[in-house]
Formats: sequence, C-alpha cells, structure tokens
Amino acid sequence: MIKKMIVVLALVTLGVVGAAFAQTPKKGGTLVFGRGGDSVGLDPAYETDGNSFMICDNVYEALVEYKDESTELEPLLATSWQISPDGLTYTFNLRKGVKFHDGTPFNADAVVFSLGRQMKDRKLKFFGKGWEIPKQDRPPEYWVSMEMDNTVDSIEAKDEYTVVFKLKRVEAPFLANLGMDFADIISPTAFMKDPAAFVRNPVGTGPYKFVNWVKDDRITLEAFKDYWDKDKGPYMDKVIFRAIPENAVRFLELKAGKIHICQFPNAADIPLAQKDPKLWVPTQPGMNIGYLGFNHKKEPWKSNRNLRRAIAHAINRKAIVDNIYQGMGQVAKNCIPPTMWGYNNDVPGYEYNVELAKKLLAEAGYPEGKGLPEITLWSMPVARPYNPEGLKVGVAMIGDLAKIGISARIVSYDWGTYLKRQRQQPEDMDLFQLGWTGDNGDPDNFFAVLFDGLASEAVRTQWHHEGYHKLMLDGKQTIDQAKRAEIYKKAQQLMFDEVPVIPIAHSTVMWPAVKAVKNFKLHPTGSVRLKSVWLEK
Amino acid sequence: MVAFIIRRILIVIPTLLGVTIIVFLMLRITPGDPAELLLGERATPAALDAMREYLGLKEPLYVQYGMFIKRAVQLDLGETIWTREKVSKEIGQRFPATIELAVVAMFISCFFGILLGIISATKQYSWFDYVAMVTSLFGVSMPVFWLGLMLMLLFSLNLGWFPMSGRIGVETDLPIITNFFVLDAILARDGAALGDALMHLALPAMALSTIPLAIVSRMTRSSMLEVLRQDYIKTAKAKGLSQTKIVLKHALRNGLIPVVTVIGLQFGILMGGAILTETVFAWPGVGKWLFDGVVKRDYMVIQGGTLLVATTFVIVNLIVDVLYAVINPRISVK
Repeated sequence: MIKKMIVVLALVTLGVVGAAFAQTPKKGGTLVFGRGGDSVGLDPAYETDGNSFMICDNVYEALVEYKDESTELEPLLATSWQISPDGLTYTFNLRKGVKFHDGTPFNADAVVFSLGRQMKDRKLKFFGKGWEIPKQDRPPEYWVSMEMDNTVDSIEAKDEYTVVFKLKRVEAPFLANLGMDFADIISPTAFMKDPAAFVRNPVGTGPYKFVNWVKDDRITLEAFKDYWDKDKGPYMDKVIFRAIPENAVRFLELKAGKIHICQFPNAADIPLAQKDPKLWVPTQPGMNIGYLGFNHKKEPWKSNRNLRRAIAHAINRKAIVDNIYQGMGQVAKNCIPPTMWGYNNDVPGYEYNVELAKKLLAEAGYPEGKGLPEITLWSMPVARPYNPEGLKVGVAMIGDLAKIGISARIVSYDWGTYLKRQRQQPEDMDLFQLGWTGDNGDPDNFFAVLFDGLASEAVRTQWHHEGYHKLMLDGKQTIDQAKRAEIYKKAQQLMFDEVPVIPIAHSTVMWPAVKAVKNFKLHPTGSVRLKSVWLEK
Repeated sequence: MVAFIIRRILIVIPTLLGVTIIVFLMLRITPGDPAELLLGERATPAALDAMREYLGLKEPLYVQYGMFIKRAVQLDLGETIWTREKVSKEIGQRFPATIELAVVAMFISCFFGILLGIISATKQYSWFDYVAMVTSLFGVSMPVFWLGLMLMLLFSLNLGWFPMSGRIGVETDLPIITNFFVLDAILARDGAALGDALMHLALPAMALSTIPLAIVSRMTRSSMLEVLRQDYIKTAKAKGLSQTKIVLKHALRNGLIPVVTVIGLQFGILMGGAILTETVFAWPGVGKWLFDGVVKRDYMVIQGGTLLVATTFVIVNLIVDVLYAVINPRISVK
C-alpha cells in the first residue's frame, strides 16, 4: 500500500516538475512578425492605425492595461487608484523604480507631460521643474474623438509618484480610456530633445525598445534590459516587424519559416494553416460589430418598426458569415461582441425566418413589398475589420430582400466619400452597411457613439429615442461597473425591440503562427503584445 | 550639342508645370477627402475641421497651389498628410529601391531582349525565332502579379534558391548610407550582404523584366530585319564580310535607334515605380508609395510623386535623344 502511494507521489511530482519545465519560457531569438503595412508614426497620441499601435503596444505602457484576452482593467504603471465619491477626481499611485529606455525615471511629471500635451486648455501642475511643453503641431486624434477636452479639467502631480486628474463631468469610461494607446506615457526628456523627430524615435517604458525603422520595410525592436517587470518578460532578443503588403505572399513567407506570425492572411489560407503541422492558429473574437443601419431621417425607416423588423428577419446572417466571412466570424445578436462586459445573452436575436418576415412586411403596410419603391443599400468597397467584403454582403442582402418582395440596389462610393456622405444622412440613402471596432472595451464606446442620435447630429445612426438617450447618459454617469452593466443590458433589450439597426456579425481574428511561438495571445482590442511571448528553439 | 541639351532642359520647365497643375486640379476635383480617410469611422465634424485646418486644406485653391510651387522650386515638396514626414525624405528613402530594381530589370531585358531579337532576325522563321517570340509573348501576357507569385512558389518555396520578398534578409546587418543596398554593401565591403541584396533582387527583377524584354526583343527583331534588307548590307555581304561582323558592326548601330527609344520609354516607366511588382515582392519603392498615396488621397504624396515620375521620364528621354546622336553621328540634334 505504502509502496503504491510512493509510486503515485513520485509520478505526480515528475508530472508537475515536467510540466513546469515545459512551460518555462526560453530566452533569446528574434521574432519576425509579418504584417500588411508599415506604421504611420510612433507617437501614440497622434496615431490612429493598427500598424502604428502595434509598435506602441511594445515600446510604451500606460497607467492601466487591459487584462489578457479581455477588456477588464488592471494596474500597469499605476499600482492603484482612488475615485472620489462624486466621480470627478481620480488619484493614481504610480509604480516606483521604472525607467524609460533612455534611462530617465518614470514619475508623475512624465504622466502630466504625456497626457497634458494633448489638452487644448493646459491646466497642469508638475511636481518638479517640469517642462515648457511646445504647442502641438497636429490634433491628437483619439484625445479629440474620445472628447477628453470636455472631460478632463486639470492634471496635477501631487508628489513624485501621485497624479490627480480632476474632471469636468462624470465620465465612467474615463478609466478605460486611460488604457488606450493615446494614453501611453512617453519620455518627456526624449521628446523635448527633438519634438519633431520623436514620432520616428519613440522612447517609452515598455519591454522592447526601438532600434530602427526602414520605411515600408521593417521596424526593429530589441529587449529592454532594465525593464521593470522582468518576471513576465521580455524573453526574446529582438522583434522585427516586416511589412509584406500582399496577403498570399505573407502567408507563403510563414510557410517558408521566414516569418513567425502572419497578420491577416487570406481567409482561404486559414484551412491550410490549420492542416499544416508546423503551424497553429491563434484565434480571438474581434472587438467589433458589422451592422446594417437605417436612415432614420427619412420615412418609412423612421417610424415603421414592423418594416425594420421584417428586414431583420429576412437577412440570412449565418449564410453571410459562412460564405463571405468564410467562417471567420460569428452571427451578432447584439451590437457589442460577447467578450465585452455588459453583454446581454438573454436577448434572443433576430432568427432568420422568411415567413415571419413576410408577415411583418404585410403588417407594416407593404404586403409582398407592394407600395415600397426600390430602396438603396449602401455597401462599402473596402475590406474593414468587421466586414471583409461589403459589396458581396450587400449583394447577399439584396437577394434576401428580394425573397420577401423588397427590391433593392447597391450603392457604393470610394471609402472616404462613403464615410462623408453617410454621415450626412442623404435622401438617397435607405439602408447602409457600417461597423465599428471598439477603442477601450467599454460598452459606452459602442452604444452611445454609434446609436444615440439625440446626443449629436454627427452620430451615424440618427435614431432619436428618449429612453435610449437616458440610458446612455446614466451609463456615462454611473461609476459602479455592475450597475453600468445592467444599464447596457437594458439598452440591448431596447435595441432588440425597436430595431434601430440590424447587427450582422462580429469578425473573428485568426493570425497563423509557427509552432515555435509560445504564449502568444490575440487581444480583443487588436493590440499585439509580445511582452511574455517566447520562442521555442 | 550643348545648345540642344540646354534647349531641351528649358522645355522641361513648362512641361513639369503643366503636370503639376493638372495633377493638383484633378486631385481637388475628384471625390475623396484626406481628412475623412485619415479619421475613418471615428471622424466627428469637429475632428475633421481641426484636421483640415491643420493640413491647410481650407485655404483657397490658388493659395494652396502657389505655396506648393514656391516650395517645390526650393526642392521642398512639403510634408505627407499621413505621416507628416517630408515628401523629399520619403522619396529619398524609396527611390533608390525603385532605381535598383529598375536598373537590374532593364539590364536583364536589354541583354536578353537585344540578343534574342538579333538572333531571331538573323534566323528569321527558324524554330528559334518562333520559340523566342512565343516565349516573349507569354511573358508580356502574363500578369506580373501572377508571374511573381509563381516565381516565388517555384524558386523560393519549393527550390529554396532565392528569398521570397523584401530587399534584404532580417539577419543581415547592413549600415544604410545611400539606400542603394548593393552600393552600401560594396561600400561596407560586406560580401555576404552584397550577395544577400543581389539574391533579393533576383525574383522581382525577373518578374519585372518580362514585359520590357518582350517589347525590346520584338522591336530589335523587326528593326534588325528592316536594316538587314538594306542595300549596304548586301554590299557588305558581297564584299565577303562575316555574318557576325555585318550584324554587329554595320547593322546593329542603325537597328538600335528605334530600340533605344523603346528602352528609354520602358526605363522611364519602370523608374516611375512598378506598383504590382513592389506590392507582391514587398519591395519598398516609390510605386507602391505613390499608389498608397492615391488610395489615401494624400495630396502631397501624389503631387510630389507625380512630379518625380514626370521629371524622371523627361530626363530619361533627354538622354535617349542624346544617345541617338552618339549611336549614329549622322543624326543631328538640331
């Protein structure tokens, strides 16, 4: 009996130790990341494209960060924070002993500098000598579009490791905003040395530091030897981001073993990657939504709910996901993806039911489509993260509508014109395809920005609903996340009932990699974090 | 000769001005707004307004054009809308890549094109002639895009003879001085880097050379056929000169005139940047840069880029005209 127990104990110990060894990250090596395009610039406050943020994700850090594979927040350069009961004062306690890549220390003044430089009205207070921050030579895109100037009143360094933000209004998503790339902390010393050159010579506190940039070819980073969170990385010596514009070629380079991770392969190559014994396919539902919107400034879309509902049940979304998204997506029930907090799983979603659609159409006053003139269905000509082929999806939808008797035609413009005209809610626009990729993992970023027509004329879906508007305002002004989750769940039920838009799909991101790449996880926000990634030799 | 060159250079100025006016106006007339494209779905009217103000797009057209020309004569082509980098710097980083590729591709197409053309002409209607012409027709018909992928599959993925894409391997550490990687490798006396740069040039140059090769070979063939029918060739034959001497010493110089024109035009086109080849082979040249500028409505990139292409074209054609006189002194350059 005892002998048996000893044997079992020995085996278990061996197993545990063996497993531990198997998971121990190996140091060294150079990771080559193949992406579809080059970065635009590397100053996080002024960039808007994923390829720029990809580098920022590894060179810089912010006060807070999103947890692995979720949008919950956790401390990063701030170790803790307190929010005043009235929701207008945020006090952050900063991490000590952190250095920038240029050797200068990270402290409260660096926070005041990095965020304060983006303010229109700079009410700042440095703890130490501080800096005379030069005037901005370009608008900080995200600071402006997240309306930070209407939110932040002042930023003050109370002491070397304490920063206080005073807000003008209660804004619950404020904390989540501080986890976005634009809120990354930069080295004030490096910036002040040459403000114009900083955008091409980034200096942050991140696990990898910038080495050089060959335009349209590659960006090279190397491990930062004095990184503060050494237990979690960096493990590799160098990371090289190569720009390979053609999707098929990028995938071929992966198969040839010349790159380790392939961003955005062609959908047709995914099954090849899944079959290849040398590759694996990291997968993540995208934090996005592709939807079909209505022009709420015109009848019958504005008032005829049954008509909107009829169309919702007529569209075969599963067929669209299977055939056009080629399986790289999931049918959407709500306008936020299931990975976000606040998702309402109780909403039934619009089932594909041609008979029900026909019935609703008749109830709407257009039996078999009679009386309804030909409608326009705007479709985008470019691939978007939430919609790989807008025109094909449009054609599929027109086919679905024809089945219930509604005749429709595709309208398209080049992307810039499409965006410009759609916002004007023109008379010749009935239905339009659009979508959104989330910025900060906060439901407000989807629900208020996209659908609350009463908030602003610029909102792309001009749905005017007092009840919804009130929910949006409550959501912004309630700090407690559990309470906010309830508010947004109500909003999703309301949207299901009123059909202001028809959610179509959330795309799924699949970036194949060679098996030697370990611990690489795709993040819902799309950020590419290589801090704890290592290469098996 | 010198007077001729100066006259030609003076004509360049109104030509280039004309190009800039047309491009400038067309850009402003065509739909598409760089601010809208920069900001995408998250553009708010306030953000768009701030962006347009910053980009100087709210000034009247003649002011914008005037500012562009004033800076262009000082060789300042402004800053790109997307990256805010100086256009001249962006060109300086990318043009050498295009030049390298164009030069190697033209070398391949001239060498093989002229050779094939001469042999085909001297052995007209032989099997060699047919094979050569059909092959060159094939080369010109296949889309470069597809051809590039096929070359990659065969020579890179399957045979492993050449690298697939890019200008140089990730492991190669080359100090970049001139941005001509071949030249930089020679300057650094780095044999391995030189080899690596040349290997990376192989596939894209091969793909890019197929069209000029076909054109040059056919042009050479028909031009040589024309020349070989001339009386003085018959005389030379009668005098007992060898075929080689006839072709190379007497026929070629005259036969080459139209070929040189074609080579000049093709070279000018290649220097404008081979967009498809650059995209497929991830070759960071001006072609792809200019194309991206068009898609993003980056007015400064498009204006600067087209001015570059127009200037290159004009210079190449000037050189071609001068070469005529060199090849055949009887052609005066009045």
